[in-house]
Amino acid sequence: MPLLGTLALWLAFLVGLWGAITGFVGGAQGRADLQQSARHATLALLAALAIAVISLEIAIFRHDFSVAYVAGRTSRNLPTFYLWSALYSGQEGSLLFWAAVLSLFAVLAQVLTSRRHRAFLPYVAGVTSLVATFFIGVMLFAPANPFTRLPFTPLDGSGMNPQLQNPGMVFHPPMLYLGYISITIPFAFAIAALLTKKLDTEWMVAVRKWTIVSWLFLSIGLLIGMWWAYVELGWGGYWAWDPVENAALLPWLVMTAFLHSVMVQEKRGMLKKWNLALILGAWVLSIFGTFLTRSGVIASVHSFTESPVGYYFLAFLVAAVAACTVLYVTRLPLLEAEATLESILSREASFLFNNLLLIGLAFSVLWGTLFPIISEAVKGVKITYGVPTFNFVNIPLGLVLLLVTGIGPLIAWRRASTANLKRQFALPVTAGVFALLIFLVAGMRDVGALLAFSFGAFVLGTVFQEFARGARARHRQYGEPTWLAVFQLLSRNRRRYGGYIVHIGIVLLFMGFAGMAFKTETEATLRPGETAELRGRDGHLYSFTHLGISQYNTLNRYVTAALLEVKRDGKAIGRLRTEKRQHVDALGNKTFEPSTEVGIMSGLRVDLYVVLAGLVNGTEQAVFRFTINPLVWWVWFGGFVLVIGGLIVLWPGGPATGGTTPPRSQAGYAVKLEPAQ
Amino acid sequence: MTSDGRMVGRADCTRREFFGAIAGVAGFLSQTVQQSDSQTGQVYDPARAGRSQTPITAADNDKSVQGLEKKLRCSCGCGLDVYTCRTTDFTCTYSPALHKEVVGMLGNGKTPQEVIDAFVAQYGQVALMSPPRRGFNLLGYIVPGIAVTVAAAVLFVVLLRWTRQARAAAPVLTTAPPDATPAELERLQRELDKLPG
Repeated sequence: MPLLGTLALWLAFLVGLWGAITGFVGGAQGRADLQQSARHATLALLAALAIAVISLEIAIFRHDFSVAYVAGRTSRNLPTFYLWSALYSGQEGSLLFWAAVLSLFAVLAQVLTSRRHRAFLPYVAGVTSLVATFFIGVMLFAPANPFTRLPFTPLDGSGMNPQLQNPGMVFHPPMLYLGYISITIPFAFAIAALLTKKLDTEWMVAVRKWTIVSWLFLSIGLLIGMWWAYVELGWGGYWAWDPVENAALLPWLVMTAFLHSVMVQEKRGMLKKWNLALILGAWVLSIFGTFLTRSGVIASVHSFTESPVGYYFLAFLVAAVAACTVLYVTRLPLLEAEATLESILSREASFLFNNLLLIGLAFSVLWGTLFPIISEAVKGVKITYGVPTFNFVNIPLGLVLLLVTGIGPLIAWRRASTANLKRQFALPVTAGVFALLIFLVAGMRDVGALLAFSFGAFVLGTVFQEFARGARARHRQYGEPTWLAVFQLLSRNRRRYGGYIVHIGIVLLFMGFAGMAFKTETEATLRPGETAELRGRDGHLYSFTHLGISQYNTLNRYVTAALLEVKRDGKAIGRLRTEKRQHVDALGNKTFEPSTEVGIMSGLRVDLYVVLAGLVNGTEQAVFRFTINPLVWWVWFGGFVLVIGGLIVLWPGGPATGGTTPPRSQAGYAVKLEPAQ
Repeated sequence: MTSDGRMVGRADCTRREFFGAIAGVAGFLSQTVQQSDSQTGQVYDPARAGRSQTPITAADNDKSVQGLEKKLRCSCGCGLDVYTCRTTDFTCTYSPALHKEVVGMLGNGKTPQEVIDAFVAQYGQVALMSPPRRGFNLLGYIVPGIAVTVAAAVLFVVLLRWTRQARAAAPVLTTAPPDATPAELERLQRELDKLPG
């Protein structure tokens, strides 16, 4: 199998090169035979990489420890569930996974793209083949071949890092990779549009859904990553501004900006240069994120070990940025807007400010991530740009962005009149001010949280008003009951109303984030029967009674579990279990340091979060950390709502989600007053 | 342990638990035990539970100690602050040592700022979770805000210029005005304003 896998990689490399050459040459010379060969090459690339992936999975499932990758990341007693994820749990395997998924997306792009955009496809095949070939090249020429064999075959493997043995880690990396990888398709279309000089809005229509797909996968990947960090790492939070987390956030922010500004191009033929730059930028940032993760240039708990692979990515990144810049600059004269901005009080302008904030936030995150390197390079001083600094810089920007989320939909396209603004803003502003007063009266004094809740209420007011007016209009016109009218709104204009659902998700996420300002925690040493008490900011007194320690063996680990009875204001509400896990191989040898499993009791108001720190002198007397995390449930629920909104936007069909540019007469609510005859 | 760090026993002891405890004490006294406290007996294999812990002290839960430790970075390379690392990564040997150092310094009468200064003197600025807001480090704090503010101002000016250009380029209405009374036009405007977004 390792030999077959290596052969498949070499074959994929050659096919990828062929696909890239025939794609670009066929496109440039208009040769149908080369163009067809490029399309066929994408299929052959997929087949070769599928063979490589299957070979690696077979090696993993057969416990073929002669393969270094298999020996380094699995063991005989690793549960089957995690054997699957071993494919992408390490540097080499994840590169193979990346290349394979990219080749799958490349084929889908060729198959699913409508005939109208056929002119782009040879170049799309060329770009996707080139990028995939780069990844395969890294595997073959950098020391990153997943099929490299050991000089001997160990009896058992080293096993998988315990922190990766969590359901979150089975789904988080592939989702994030799917997001990262699928950005290559809109990027390929953008390059194709630049090369063919067909820079009207048509190419944008071809990539819009692909961008939503990427955005959705990245969103899911980020959310599952947050959940994994919360339940597995044990520090009581879900976002630590780690460089690798930041690297995933950057393209997400840029794509979010694109998904807003693309509407301006579709409706008004404006912002062509900007939208193209956003697509190119999102892809460059995805490669930059990969470089950060794999180079070890910045310390991160998530990153792969430091390796020369990073230099390959850096070289590729520099070459790609240079090529994109040259191509972009030479095509600028072809990217003139078809219309002009009529008023600064228009939705077009509000989208521009929304884009400014999203890109500003992306810059801010990038700046914070790189600032330690800049400081060391310029001043020779090593510094830490930690969580407090990131929060200090980014929370204000995030809050303004939340406010703009509510303002955008309230302003009319083209030009908003004063009367229109008054009418549109009345309800949402009232909701925001009302929420602010309620929380002030309730005693909340944290400025950040107050603004988050107040702006959140403002955005919810906006969304409610939009649904209410739309539903009322349908009720008047078609006599539909409210529930049916809302359903019809969603189904007939998925993009607009699905977008509003996404906005609700964002509000819920912000409310969850704000809740962390009210976290309370304490540590305690308890003998069985003893109780620790902690008052939450929800006003309740929570008590945790240590019931005892048990030890047992299961699957690939020895477990030490502490059981606690939990009471709220003296009334029992359940039991929590927190564990120490000592992972072992099939021979009973310890494979990693003992890891901690958090005990979590999740509720709408607070999460009770208990960590077993360890035992005192090997007795049942145990040290615990108790944390009360308010509103965390709303983060997961907000994420769920956001994904549902994204799926509604993405769902095929529907009158408003067709693939054509609306006629100019439909742009906005312009009314032409005919002169008297 | 109460929310302010005070240990308490079980307050709501039921009758069964009470008699169970009596029976337990009787049993305890009647047998020859190798251990002084049956409730804190040895577990089967202590090594499976990780490194042995020392009981929590008042200093461990002291808010000022915790607040100070949240400003100091653990030197194990985890990227976390000392408090979070010592209460999360129980395999780390650095953060408990740094915690002892902090408690010791405070115990010796140093102010929090003196402790921070001592850490910076010993480990460099990298020991701080946030770089001091002065000199070159100030750029780390203000550049994003300034960039966004300047970009917003530039965008505003550019948009204003675009709208003026659009107005200047708009064709002048040379035909007769619409055949409608001012009242009708006002009514039309009101209807237009009612149109959603």
